[in-house]
Amino acid sequence: MEKPLTEHIQPGEPPLDLAAYERTGGYEALRDALRSMEPREVTRIVEDSKLRGRGGAGFFTGMKWSFVPMGENAPREKYFVCNADEMEPGTFKDRYLMECNPHLLLEGMILGAFAIQAPTGYIFLRAEYHKSEEVLAHAIREAREAGFLGKNILDSGFDHDIHLHTSAGRYICGEETALLNALEGRRAIPRAKPPFPPVVGLWGKPTIVNNVETLCNIPPIVRNGADWFKGLGLSEEAGTKLYGVSGRVNRPGMWELPLGTPLREIIEEHAGGMREGYRFRGVIPGGASTDFLVEEHLDLPMDFASVQKAGSRLGTGTMIVLDDRTCPVGMVLNLERFFARESCGWCTPCRDGLPWVEKILEDIERGGGREDDLGLLQEHSKFLGPGRTFCAFAPGAVEPLQSALKYFEEDFRRHFDGKGCPYHPQPAAAR
Amino acid sequence: MLTDQEREEIEAELPHYPRKQALCIEALKVVQRHRGWVDDEALRDVGGFLEMTEHEVDSVATFYNLIYRRKVGRNVIHLCDSVSCWVMGCDRICEHLKNSLGIEIGETSDDGRFTLLPIPCLGDCDKAPSMMIGRELFSDLTPEKVDEILRSRK
Repeated sequence: MEKPLTEHIQPGEPPLDLAAYERTGGYEALRDALRSMEPREVTRIVEDSKLRGRGGAGFFTGMKWSFVPMGENAPREKYFVCNADEMEPGTFKDRYLMECNPHLLLEGMILGAFAIQAPTGYIFLRAEYHKSEEVLAHAIREAREAGFLGKNILDSGFDHDIHLHTSAGRYICGEETALLNALEGRRAIPRAKPPFPPVVGLWGKPTIVNNVETLCNIPPIVRNGADWFKGLGLSEEAGTKLYGVSGRVNRPGMWELPLGTPLREIIEEHAGGMREGYRFRGVIPGGASTDFLVEEHLDLPMDFASVQKAGSRLGTGTMIVLDDRTCPVGMVLNLERFFARESCGWCTPCRDGLPWVEKILEDIERGGGREDDLGLLQEHSKFLGPGRTFCAFAPGAVEPLQSALKYFEEDFRRHFDGKGCPYHPQPAAAR
Repeated sequence: MLTDQEREEIEAELPHYPRKQALCIEALKVVQRHRGWVDDEALRDVGGFLEMTEHEVDSVATFYNLIYRRKVGRNVIHLCDSVSCWVMGCDRICEHLKNSLGIEIGETSDDGRFTLLPIPCLGDCDKAPSMMIGRELFSDLTPEKVDEILRSRK
């Protein structure tokens, strides 16, 4: 099984430095592209590969790049930005790539910047990833010294430099237009769309924002071709995916597997199944803002289309398992509390609706819930849903809520009847 | 006034951005690194340098949870309370921290050693529960492990 993202990573070893990366064939794709390809050809290979964004939304990467104005009349200032603001609860994949093989990301970024002819790149890194910061800063210095960054890269006439920007917190910074505002030094409020960043982005210039894992796929795609990449997936969809599992399983962790690997295989084989004394009840498949899947979905291929058909989203591909001794209502409360806290406050439904949802759930957990609350929560999942809010934050926030109401209604009712949480009757300190 | 050191560190970032106001967050981080937190005077200092009003700078400072607009302890404990850590029992760790330090979330211990704050997912979910103090990440937390960590911090 091919693992283009992680094959050269030795867990526990220091990150691959420039020399080690080059020994694995690193920067060959960049050399080839700069020597013999037109920028548009690079975009075309990525389009043909059918690579979809690995940050959560799953938009086609090559198509995104193709929206950038090219040619003589295009703006000369353009930006290529890596979204390394990994903060989706339950997600721990980009950190691994950055801390273990930083040059793979840099090469992907330089190739992308060449494709859209952007002279400047930024890595927008979340503040808490201190080790990633050190590893990336070192890798950028190495790449500059070796001539892979800077003026006239490898004598091609193409100039590009990458700057590392470390953030100062807030989940919303991962939304690509909020990220651009943060990079400009402002409050990270999402922007109205359209226009979209590939046309009007950072400081009003064409800008591509791609996730870390997405970009790490670019060098192998350019080196091995679109057909090779398409052949990696188990289903119709192309490539591999970093899948992660956390929760009460035997071996929480992360694995690079073909896109479309069944949920059951990931949880039972790779994560070693449930810990003794715990039964599987459900899973949030792709970070906090995705709908629960339950036992009936265990044979689902984990690719974008299949998970969507089952009513959820692949999201970041890092899943959080709900076991039979953990309260589903409590879990949803934890999620909604997070979203209520992280709402940027720009639009009313999100700013006011999410704290309301949080309070209702809190009340139910404490034994003050009533039958009517179910309707009220349903209503919120509708009115905070797609098309009702300024950005995708609130619709994401209500995905675990609406699916919990669907799959775990009985658990909600047990709270009403028993006047409290049947799972966690004792205070947190005693658990 | 910014100190020479602060000014130098902020200016080092200037060439990376086409407009100096883009440095607002970086400048706040620099000042906080030296002064521990961002008081009103720090806002004016940063604003003076970036040609922004104190209030413009404050609107940025108050948005980001890792810019402290109140005095914090020498060690800021960021305890992850996101979903994976919750499933794995971060509430219990939180209670233990609160009892050991005699503070609630958002407060600083009387001796000025510790401030306790929540933080969104630290990306350490396979080793939950987790917390971060300064630049250091602590995984697979148990109350015993927490005691040891607290003891080791001045």
